Amino acid sequence: MTNISPSTEPVSEPRQGPVPAAPEAARRRPVSGWRAILPRWSPKLGVGLGLVTAIALFGILGPMVVGDPAAINNVGLTPPGGGHLLGTTQTGQDVFAQLAYATRGSLQVGLLVGVMATALSALFGIIGGYVGGAVDEVFSLFSNVMLVIPGLPLVIVISAFVPAAQRGAWMIAIVLAITGWAASSRVLRAQTLSLRNRDYVAASRVAGEKPWRVVSVEILPNLLPVLASQFVFAVIFAILSEAGLSFLGLGASNSSTLGTMLYYAQNGFALQLEAWWWFVPPGAVIALFGCGLSLINFSIDEIINPKLRTEPRKRAASRSAAA
Amino acid sequence: MSYYGRKFAFYLVALWAAVTLNFFIPRLLPGNPVDILMAKLQQRGGSVDPSVRRTYELLLGSDSDESLWSQYLSYWNNMAHGDLGISVSAFPAKVSDVIAQSLPWTIVLVGIATLISFALGVALGIVVGWRRGSWLDSLVPATTVLAAVPYFWLALILVALFSSALHWFPLLGGYDVRLSPGWSWEFISSAAYYGVLPALTIVISSIGGWLLGMRNMMVSTASEDYILTAQAKGLRPGRIMMRYAARNAVLPSVAGFAISLGFVVSGAIVTEQVFSYPGIGSKLLQAVQNNDYALMQGIFLVITVAVLGANLIVDLLYGVIDPRTRARR
Amino acid sequence: MTTNTTAADARRARPGPVLTVEHLDVIYQVAAPVHAVRDVSLTLGRGEILGLAGESGCGKTTLAYAINRLHRPPAEVTAGSVTFHDRDGHDLDLLALKNEELRRFRWVKLSMVFQGAMNALNPVTSVRAQLDDVLTTHVPSMSRRARRARCAELFDLVGVDPGRLDSYPHELSGGMRQRVMIAMALLLDPQVMIMDEPTTALDVVVQRGILREILRLREELGFAVIFITHDLPLLLELSDRIAIMLEGEIVELASADEIYQRPQHPYTRKLLDAFPSLTGDRGAFIRSGASSSREPLPGSQPETVDPR
Repeated sequence: MTNISPSTEPVSEPRQGPVPAAPEAARRRPVSGWRAILPRWSPKLGVGLGLVTAIALFGILGPMVVGDPAAINNVGLTPPGGGHLLGTTQTGQDVFAQLAYATRGSLQVGLLVGVMATALSALFGIIGGYVGGAVDEVFSLFSNVMLVIPGLPLVIVISAFVPAAQRGAWMIAIVLAITGWAASSRVLRAQTLSLRNRDYVAASRVAGEKPWRVVSVEILPNLLPVLASQFVFAVIFAILSEAGLSFLGLGASNSSTLGTMLYYAQNGFALQLEAWWWFVPPGAVIALFGCGLSLINFSIDEIINPKLRTEPRKRAASRSAAA
Repeated sequence: MSYYGRKFAFYLVALWAAVTLNFFIPRLLPGNPVDILMAKLQQRGGSVDPSVRRTYELLLGSDSDESLWSQYLSYWNNMAHGDLGISVSAFPAKVSDVIAQSLPWTIVLVGIATLISFALGVALGIVVGWRRGSWLDSLVPATTVLAAVPYFWLALILVALFSSALHWFPLLGGYDVRLSPGWSWEFISSAAYYGVLPALTIVISSIGGWLLGMRNMMVSTASEDYILTAQAKGLRPGRIMMRYAARNAVLPSVAGFAISLGFVVSGAIVTEQVFSYPGIGSKLLQAVQNNDYALMQGIFLVITVAVLGANLIVDLLYGVIDPRTRARR
Repeated sequence: MTTNTTAADARRARPGPVLTVEHLDVIYQVAAPVHAVRDVSLTLGRGEILGLAGESGCGKTTLAYAINRLHRPPAEVTAGSVTFHDRDGHDLDLLALKNEELRRFRWVKLSMVFQGAMNALNPVTSVRAQLDDVLTTHVPSMSRRARRARCAELFDLVGVDPGRLDSYPHELSGGMRQRVMIAMALLLDPQVMIMDEPTTALDVVVQRGILREILRLREELGFAVIFITHDLPLLLELSDRIAIMLEGEIVELASADEIYQRPQHPYTRKLLDAFPSLTGDRGAFIRSGASSSREPLPGSQPETVDPR
C-alpha cells in the first residue's frame, strides 16, 4: 500500500523532512545551476575577500612602488618614521620594502603549492572515489599513510638532504605539495563517494553516458565548492609551512618570503632588541591573509553544508518554540 | 577483519612505510652524506671505525656494490636493535641516547598542551555550537585568525610580551640551568614554569581548529532527528546538549585527531626552536644545522613512531565511543 | 504505574475532548513567508484515534509539531490556541507554558512517535539508556530496579524481547526500532500520543503488526492518538475520525466511515481515488484520477475490509 522509501540522503543535502525547508531550499538542489554554488553575501565573506584582495594587491603591486629592499643604509636598527614606514633592519634595510617583496614571495609559493597539492589530492581522491574497487583501496591506503606520517619533520629531513645550492623555490614547493595533499584527498574522496551514489548520477550512468562525461558534468560541478575550500586550505597550509621552513633556515635559498624575513629577524636579535617593527609585520601579514582565506572558506562551508546557514528572518513578536 | 584488527594492520603498514621512507630519502637525493659525516667525525676526534662507517652506510646509502635489498634488510636489523648510529653534533653520544634524553621534554610539553587544547576547544565548541545565534557566534571568526597565525610568530609575540616586556616568564630554556635535572620538586616546578609559554603557544594556535570543528558538528547535529526526539521527551537542555548532541558531534573531532596531531608536532618543533626548549624538535634542527644526518633520521623515526602510536591509541578509543564502528563488516 | 484505563474508562473519567486546537496559524518567517498552517481548528476526544491525512508539504507535520511546540525557527505560531484538558481536571494553554513547565508537561501527558525511527534514536547510546532517560528526568524517585522493571514491562507490551534492551539502535531492525519508539512513548502513560508517519518506512507486513499493536494498546491503556500519514486507506481502517489537510487547511473532518462512503470535498475524493483498489476487473485499478462516484463499478464489489 505504501511505498515511500525512507530518506537516505547524506547530511549535506537539504532535507525535506519534518521541518519543511523554506522555499529557497528547494532551489538548492544540486543541479548545474551555477547560482546554487556561489557563496551568499555576508559580512564574513566581505571581510575575508577584502583582506585577501588587499594583501594580494600589496604583494603584486607593492614591489613596484617601494624602494629597494636590499639597499643597506648606515642607520642601523631604527623604529618606524623618518622615511621608513616600518623602520629598518639592523643593516639599515627598509622593512616596508622587504615586506612587499616578501609578501609576493610567499604568495607565489602559496599559490604554486596550493595548485599542485589540490591537483594531487583531486587525482587520488576523486578518481579513487569514483572508480572504487582495488584502485580506491590502494589510493586511500596511500593517502592515509601519507597523512599520518608527520609532515614538517619529513619536509625538514628531505630539505636537509638537499644541498643548499639546489634548494630552489621549485624544489621547496614540490616537497611541500608532496607532503600536503593527503588531508584534502580524504575529503574529496568522501564527497565523491557520496555524490556517486546520488540518484542523478546513477540516472546518467544508466542512460549510457561515458564515465568522463559523468564525472565532468554531474560530479565535478558539485565538487567545486569542496575543491575550492580545499584549495584555500592548501594555500594556507603552504604559506604557513613555507614560513616555518624558512624560519628554520631550510627554506628556498635566494628567495625572499615572509618566513625568511622572520628568520633574519630572529638572527638579528629583533626580539631581544625589542624591534617589534621587524618581526611583527611579516607574521601579521601571514595571519591576516590566512584569516581572510578562512573567512572565505566559511562562506564556502555554508554552501557545502546548508545547515550552517542562518536564514534571514523577519523579526515578529510572537510565541516561539521552546528551546 | 574486526575494526581493531584493521587499525593495527594499518598502523603497521604506516610504520613500515615510514621506515622505508627513511631508508630511501638519503639514497634518492643528491650528495654523499656518508663522506660528509665521516669527515665531521674525524674533525671531532672520532675514529674511522669500520663498524661506525658501516652503520652510517646502512642509514644513508653508500657507493658499495652491496645490493639495495641486503642493505634494506640490514637496516631493519639495526633498527630492531635500536642502533641508530653515533651522533656527530653531540659526539660521542649515540643517537639513541640523545633522543632518549630529549624526547621526554617534548612528549610532556606536546602531550599536555594538546590535551588542554583539545579539552578546551571541544568544550567551547559545544557551548558555541549549541547556542546558535548568540554573541558567542561572533567568537568563531576570531578563532580563525588564531588558526592562521604561524606558531612561531605567535611564540615570538608571546615571548616579546611576557618575557622581554613584562618579565613574567623566562625567555628560553626548559628549566633553570642552575638546577640539576632530577625528580626534585624544585626542578619539576622550574620545568613547569619554563614550560608555560611554549605550552601556551601551542594551545592558542591549535585551539581554534578544535573549536571550529566541534562547533560545526554541533550545529549539524542539532538538526538531527534524535535531538528532536530528546526535546519531545522533555529532557533537560543540558542533558540533551551533552548526552545527545555533543556525544555524537565529538566523533569527527576524535576521528580527525590524526591530522591535528601532525600539525601540533610540526608546530612544537618550531616552538622549541623559538624557546630553545630542550626537546626533540630543537635537537632535530641542531642536527640539520650540523649535517648530523644520523641523528636527523633517528629523530624523524622516533617522532613518526610516537605520532603513529598516539593515533593508534586514539583510533582504538574511537572504536569504543562509537558503537557503530564495531559492527561494521 | 500502569493505570490500565480502557478507552471507555478514559472517556468516562472526564467528559469532553482531551485536546482542543482553535484557529491555529503557523508561518515560516523567511524572506517570502510560507503560511504552513492556516486557521486550523480541531478537537481530539479522549481515547480517540484521529487521523490526519494529506500530501507531502500540506502542513500536517508542522501542525503536529506546533501543538507540542517542537517547531523550530523560522516557523512561528502567529495566532490561535492549543488547550490540553488534563484528566485530573486542569486545562493547560500549551502555547503559553513557560519553558520549564513545558518540559515537565512533555512526554508525561503528551508523547510522540516519530517518522521512520531511522534517525530518531541516539545512535551512540543503548536503547535502555534512552528509555531510562525519560524515567530519570520525569520520575527521579524511581529506583534503578523499578526502572529496569518498567522498561522490560513495556518491551513485553509492544512485543520486543526485553533482552534487546542493551542493544544499540543500529543493531535493531526497522520494525523493532519502531516498536521501541512506541514503548518509549508509553513509558509515562500519556493521555495523547502524536504519531508522525510511524509506519511509512516499514514494509507492509510489519506495518500491519504495528498498527494492530497500536489499536490493542489503545484499548488497554486508553490514550488518544493523532495519527499523521499520507496513506489515507490506512487511516480508513485505523481511525475513528479523519481530518484531511490541503495546503495548510483542514478541508474535511468526519468519521472514517463518512469519509469513505460520502466524501464531501473534491480533494478528499481525489485522494481516495488515487489509491488503486486490490479488487475489481483486471485493469480497473488504473484510475484516471478524475473524481468518480463512490458507487461500485459494474462487476466488482468494493469490499469493506475489516479493520481489526
